[in-house]
Amino acid sequence: MGKKSSLPETAGGNNDVYDVVIVGCGVSGANIARRLSVYKIRVAVVEKETDVSFGTSKANSGIVHGGFHHNRKYLKARLEIQGAMMFDRLRRELDFPFRRCGIIVAAMHEDEMKAVEHLYMQGTDNGVIGIEMCSRERILDLEPKLSQDVVGGLYAPAGGIVEPYRFVFALVESAKKNGVSVLTDYKLEVANWDAGTTTWTLHAADGRSLCTRFVVNSAGLYADEVSRTFGAEDFSISARKGEYYLLDRLTKARPSRVVFPVPTAVSKGMLVIPTVEGTVLVGPTADATEDKTDLATTSMRLEQILDSGRKMIPSLSRNDVITSFAGLRPVLDEDFYIEASKKAPALIQVAGIQSPGLTASPAIGEYVKDLLKGIGLELTEKSDWDPFIDRHPRVRESTPYERDELIAKDPAYGNLVCRCENVSEAEIVEAVRLGHRTLDGVKYFTRAQMGRCQGGFCTYKIIKIIMRETGLTYDQVTKHGHASRVLEGEL
Amino acid sequence: MSIKENVDGTLAVSGNRCPRGSAYAVEELRSPKRMVTATCRLASVAACAEDGTKTGQTVHPGQKGQPGLCDPRRVPVRSSVPCPKERVHELLVAIYARTVQGPVKCGDVVIENWMGTGIDVVASRSLE
Amino acid sequence: MKELRYDAVVIGAGAAGMAAALEIVAGGFTCALLDREDQLGGILPQCIHNGFGLHEFGKELTGPEFAELFAEKILASKVAIHLGTTVFSINAQGVADKEILCSSAANGVIRILCRAVVLAMGCRERNRGNIRIPGSRPAGVYTAGLAQRLVNIEGYVPGRNVVVIGSGDIGLIMARRMSWVGCSVKAVIEIMPYPSGLTRNIVQCLNDFDIPLHLSCQTTNIYGKDRVEGVEVTPLENGAPVPDKAFRIPCDTVLLSVGLVPENELSKEAGVELNAMTNGPLVDSTLMTNVDGVFACGNVLHVHDLVDWVAEEARQAGRHAVAWLKGERPKVQCRLKAGSNVRYANPGRLDPMRKNKVYLRSLIVKNDAVLELKLNNRVLRSEKKGHIQPSEMITLSVGPSDLEGAGSDAVLEVSLV
Repeated sequence: MGKKSSLPETAGGNNDVYDVVIVGCGVSGANIARRLSVYKIRVAVVEKETDVSFGTSKANSGIVHGGFHHNRKYLKARLEIQGAMMFDRLRRELDFPFRRCGIIVAAMHEDEMKAVEHLYMQGTDNGVIGIEMCSRERILDLEPKLSQDVVGGLYAPAGGIVEPYRFVFALVESAKKNGVSVLTDYKLEVANWDAGTTTWTLHAADGRSLCTRFVVNSAGLYADEVSRTFGAEDFSISARKGEYYLLDRLTKARPSRVVFPVPTAVSKGMLVIPTVEGTVLVGPTADATEDKTDLATTSMRLEQILDSGRKMIPSLSRNDVITSFAGLRPVLDEDFYIEASKKAPALIQVAGIQSPGLTASPAIGEYVKDLLKGIGLELTEKSDWDPFIDRHPRVRESTPYERDELIAKDPAYGNLVCRCENVSEAEIVEAVRLGHRTLDGVKYFTRAQMGRCQGGFCTYKIIKIIMRETGLTYDQVTKHGHASRVLEGEL
Repeated sequence: MSIKENVDGTLAVSGNRCPRGSAYAVEELRSPKRMVTATCRLASVAACAEDGTKTGQTVHPGQKGQPGLCDPRRVPVRSSVPCPKERVHELLVAIYARTVQGPVKCGDVVIENWMGTGIDVVASRSLE
Repeated sequence: MKELRYDAVVIGAGAAGMAAALEIVAGGFTCALLDREDQLGGILPQCIHNGFGLHEFGKELTGPEFAELFAEKILASKVAIHLGTTVFSINAQGVADKEILCSSAANGVIRILCRAVVLAMGCRERNRGNIRIPGSRPAGVYTAGLAQRLVNIEGYVPGRNVVVIGSGDIGLIMARRMSWVGCSVKAVIEIMPYPSGLTRNIVQCLNDFDIPLHLSCQTTNIYGKDRVEGVEVTPLENGAPVPDKAFRIPCDTVLLSVGLVPENELSKEAGVELNAMTNGPLVDSTLMTNVDGVFACGNVLHVHDLVDWVAEEARQAGRHAVAWLKGERPKVQCRLKAGSNVRYANPGRLDPMRKNKVYLRSLIVKNDAVLELKLNNRVLRSEKKGHIQPSEMITLSVGPSDLEGAGSDAVLEVSLV
């Protein structure tokens, strides 16, 4: 089984031996890792990027969906409902930004109300609590920023917003706390099955290798390649790009609910999202692309996004834009493909996790745990599993008195490095010490560089902090790993 | 601003908004020179902050005695007089090769009479 | 929590903050000067090129030299300096004493109570997100100011093959600086049909290095997966991009010099109303904002070209703050409007009893321009200005001889024809 190795067979003694190795540390892999960390098994996650959540998960819309977009015949609909309910507890345990602000689907003319009604029925069918159909008056009351042209819509009060990368970081921190190993910059090249020991041996491009009894393929855009590496099912993941605009937190156009248009056959449409951190996200688009690394934004789509958003929220203004970015969805099928492989032994496939992937992800963790159990993984709970991670103080969330106390303990809390987002040196140091050694990693963990000036003032300080804390030299500091060096020379 | 060459070889400058402009224009044509500004490596690790003890305020010297994030690693320098344009590159090479030991005061000569040209390179900032 | 009390607090210790603070203590009042950096001088210490101070000191100085001359005066004065101190909250309306909360590593959170506030926070650079250049998001895209900081203070070279977007002075200065540290500057891209920087800088920063200047061109894409690999430049005809004529310039670094935005987040929090044309506060003849006792000067009020004018304006603000602290206010103020071809004119009001310094910007490029000052639609005077362009601030003195007898309903209009 598996591709024939050109590297020497590992003898066993040198390798780390695990019970489960998860390939890919996005929102699915991170949830699975944390779920498995409850048990007395050795778990590792391998991730080809320099930091976790650097694939599809960092460009996520950050929505915990309302449970009405998909028919419950689909696995994704069932997992969405289960997953959505798990977020409150997860937030208490893991302290990531999450809030149930409510979701609105706005119908802009009478024809669209039929589609809205269908969503309503689907939602009630799925067991969603609190979902309601709204008249024009009611929907404008719920969301005053909506265009006066709105005719009615749907309201799902339990829908929410989350910071996707903070969610993944917190899950990973919790998993690590409970004994999971996370190996980054781990590009899987070869996997060999040893029928005698019933273990897989994985080899990375840089020569690292490890042994494991079970494998979970949650490699997102590259789940197809990973599947082939294990000699498992042959399928093809294509990429569908979504572009977004990010608006300043002071924009007048910030709605209080997540605003959806009526969906099309292909996508949920371009949304106006009040992010949990206070900015506004407009998008995403949906365009097939050949290149799985194509994260370029285009002027055509960006204009489309603003125009589309303005139909629902007329006060959206170009002047409030601070940046734009794109993400790639891993497209496989209509539904999630989460099953034990029928071709490769001891392997669980977790592929084609598009929307509502993030919402479903806590339930995916649960589901995969059960699938692993089903193929022979013994699960005995640890008595000392700790669901909580330490709360990381952030000065912008602190009162002035709390801030003063933090500074008394560590003066670096008093040194504001990112003035736009109110981020202190101590928080950046903490991010680096938690393993976020790239500019983007620091950005996603702390929000430094995400504000109005987009890093104009703080970037050089963050580079110096990274160098100071990690011992990396100037030419080793990167934006997001690999060849994304930020400095080319020294005078 | 425009320059015209007179019959006798002198230059007539007109349209300049400031009197220095005509001297500049003539020189620009005949023997162009440039003020050179650059930086030298600073060989010290002390805090860059102005000495606040004069006013009784303590100044944060960086986290736990390490160099502060704002501490400059370079001293800005300038040529004392403009340098002939064709030798600017050469002067820059000489400047980049120098390391200045702190403390340095604004005006300190970092390179004296470079290559006999009469051009000094002086520090344009006081640093520890 | 430490609590301090001063008559006045100046936020920002660049050229504007230092000049204003000196005037306030000279007027006999206590004054704190706050800055988030560990040094005085604002942006000046990284502006190591010369060209500063010709008007203020009669000499051509570098940025650090200019800053140091003011810093020496500050250190010798009674100004209470708080460096490494960032203001994170300000409450200036409906309170007897204004309250400023700031954070510093050395002193924790400090609560400062004061009567007058001078806003001197300067500006930030417009960035890629603001101008929405499509494309990927590789490493190697910097604002010119960030690159300047990296090169001139930290001693790091951010790239090797550079394209500069924007032909304002900052972009031109950095084109030269990058060339002088051994980079290859491939081009400067300018969206307007004319360069916005000074001619002297075009010569010394571009021509000297044979750097091509592409006018009427827009950067329409940035390529590169991990690091910048190139930019796409599209020429404009009649203001519209012509995609067929787009061309690529390979490079590994993009420097953006596409404008400055006054940093008025704190001002907004303090209840200060802004002028949409300047992005800075609306101010009266004493440079006071709509919030009583809150003044603004320097780049936070409107982006200046010359630091000499920043210092001059800031001194005025300091003097007016002193007058305000003494309870003195102008009896009459008449309105100043921006007329034809004028983008803005500051301040928005003038005091007919004294000399007023007006700072304005043109909307147009013109040779042989004439500045016209009208009072209640009657032409007061005309001044020949010669060549004008939007990137060169124009100053004007308006005094009692012009405004004699003008009441608070009088309207002055300044135009460029």
